[in-house]
Amino acid sequence: MIVRREQYFTYLLLGLFSLIALVPVVGILVTAVQAQGGLAAFGEPNGFHLENFADAWREGSFGAYLRSSVIVSVSVVGLSTLLSILAGYAFGMMRFRGEQLLFYLLLLGLMVPLEATIVPLYYDLRDLALTDTYWALILPQVGVSVAFGTFWMRAFFRSVPRSLVEAARLDGSSSWGTLWRVVLPLGKPAVLTMMVLVFMWTWNEFLLALVMVTDEELRTAPLGLAFFQGRNTTDFALLAAGSVIVATPVVVVYVFLQRHFIRGMLTGAVKG
Amino acid sequence: MSIPAATLPARARRRGRAGERPPGEPRRIAYLYVLPGLAVFVAFVLLPLVHSAWISLFAWDGITPGEWVALDNYEAVFTDPDLRAAFLHSLILLVFYSVIPIVIGLLLAAAMSRSRVRGLAAFRTILFLPQVIALVVVAVMWRMIYAPAGGLLNESLSLVGLGALTQNWLGDFDIALPAVGLIGTWVMYGLAMVLFTAGVQKIPQSLYDAARVDGAGPVREFFAVTLPGLRSEMAVALTLTTIAALRNFDLVYITTGGGPGGATSVPAFEVYERAFQSGEVGGASAVGVCLAAVIFLLAFGINRFADRAAR
Repeated sequence: MIVRREQYFTYLLLGLFSLIALVPVVGILVTAVQAQGGLAAFGEPNGFHLENFADAWREGSFGAYLRSSVIVSVSVVGLSTLLSILAGYAFGMMRFRGEQLLFYLLLLGLMVPLEATIVPLYYDLRDLALTDTYWALILPQVGVSVAFGTFWMRAFFRSVPRSLVEAARLDGSSSWGTLWRVVLPLGKPAVLTMMVLVFMWTWNEFLLALVMVTDEELRTAPLGLAFFQGRNTTDFALLAAGSVIVATPVVVVYVFLQRHFIRGMLTGAVKG
Repeated sequence: MSIPAATLPARARRRGRAGERPPGEPRRIAYLYVLPGLAVFVAFVLLPLVHSAWISLFAWDGITPGEWVALDNYEAVFTDPDLRAAFLHSLILLVFYSVIPIVIGLLLAAAMSRSRVRGLAAFRTILFLPQVIALVVVAVMWRMIYAPAGGLLNESLSLVGLGALTQNWLGDFDIALPAVGLIGTWVMYGLAMVLFTAGVQKIPQSLYDAARVDGAGPVREFFAVTLPGLRSEMAVALTLTTIAALRNFDLVYITTGGGPGGATSVPAFEVYERAFQSGEVGGASAVGVCLAAVIFLLAFGINRFADRAAR
């Protein structure tokens, strides 16, 4: 009997907190299809107005913001994946002078908050005439992502059986060929996990875009939403529709690849 | 960015200590592989950090030449009432971002250690969802919930006859900070729950059996078996949540803008305000450097503690 009661308690906890997690999310979805001009959020449902998304898209120019976000995210994910694989390969499978020092430097970099570097980043990039370009959003983000990615890929490369690499070497494969043809095909899950995390962090980044970009054309989706809210504080329906547009890409990826998100953010740090 | 990574060093240190084999044959070509990534990292993370420390030694408005003031900006971090308040607010937010989520997570872990649960994967998907939604969206969402007129919270309170409790949640000097903190709780508790449910399932059943044979009740069992068994998960949860609390910029900027009257100002927000709004670039850099130092110390301390406890 006691066990039964504890079982109910567990489900009660899980259910209650799942509900609390969902209420705001469902609320914003419902609000997004309410009649425009209403001040009430989540209040008496009054219809189903899918056209809100089109209106928000037009009035908030979310099309342009999403375009910027896609350009930045794809560049950051592509660049940092490539650079992380290369560096992780060296750290995981080769021995070289200064390896320890360089590795600890990267580890330190994992913890540097953007708040501590944003000031010189802005002034340095401005001197190079790179503020108000996509480069100002891409390069600093690649910098932090590479620190994480190298660490992540190094752990993968260390898990690869050495015999495999030695066999490839005996077959006359170069280090470059061994990486791409022999080792990396085993690392697809690790690479995918790294990519979804970097994608999420890049897509959701706000401070960098806020500081680096004044040109409306270059605004990323979260920055665009912040400005949209500034102009549009009373129309909850449109604001909610805009929020849904901004959050959807990452949430969709999450729905399909949630194991990668959860594993990347948790077990990446736990196991070991 | 890359918040989770902050917990990784402990693991690296643990591995390093294990006295493992050299990772591979000596190769000069390694430098070629490392170079491109390292160059971007040095140029856009490491050098800016050093540059930030340099700027923090000047009184500089960002336009005219700066004036060397040595450590005055750091002194201000401890003496300027606004900055002290900002760091104090961070401490209060730690309760909401770290302590409450971890307590909720532990409560669930305690319950789960004594029962079998089906459908955990579905719960996990939902509980983790707040972690992947952009903080800007989370902030906009919660502004609507807290809105004085028509917000979900006030509407619900009125609906159940508690209209007297309705508030201008984000506009009240005393309530705004806890209101922002609760948003952090909402974002973070799922992470703690998912982390601890995974951890508790790895604790060998035999430990529980042994404890029960010894006559341990649920409470003793929790402190003797569950809690020690979750040590590494605890270190991860603490690191992730405290860093999120300290780096809190997006939420404050969108929900309150540091107001009312500075009641919700936090260090990250002060960095932005001072550097890009009020032209105190040197002071802003000092705040940023201090923030980084606090994060290093905390991450290092937590992992150190977890490492030592593990032995």
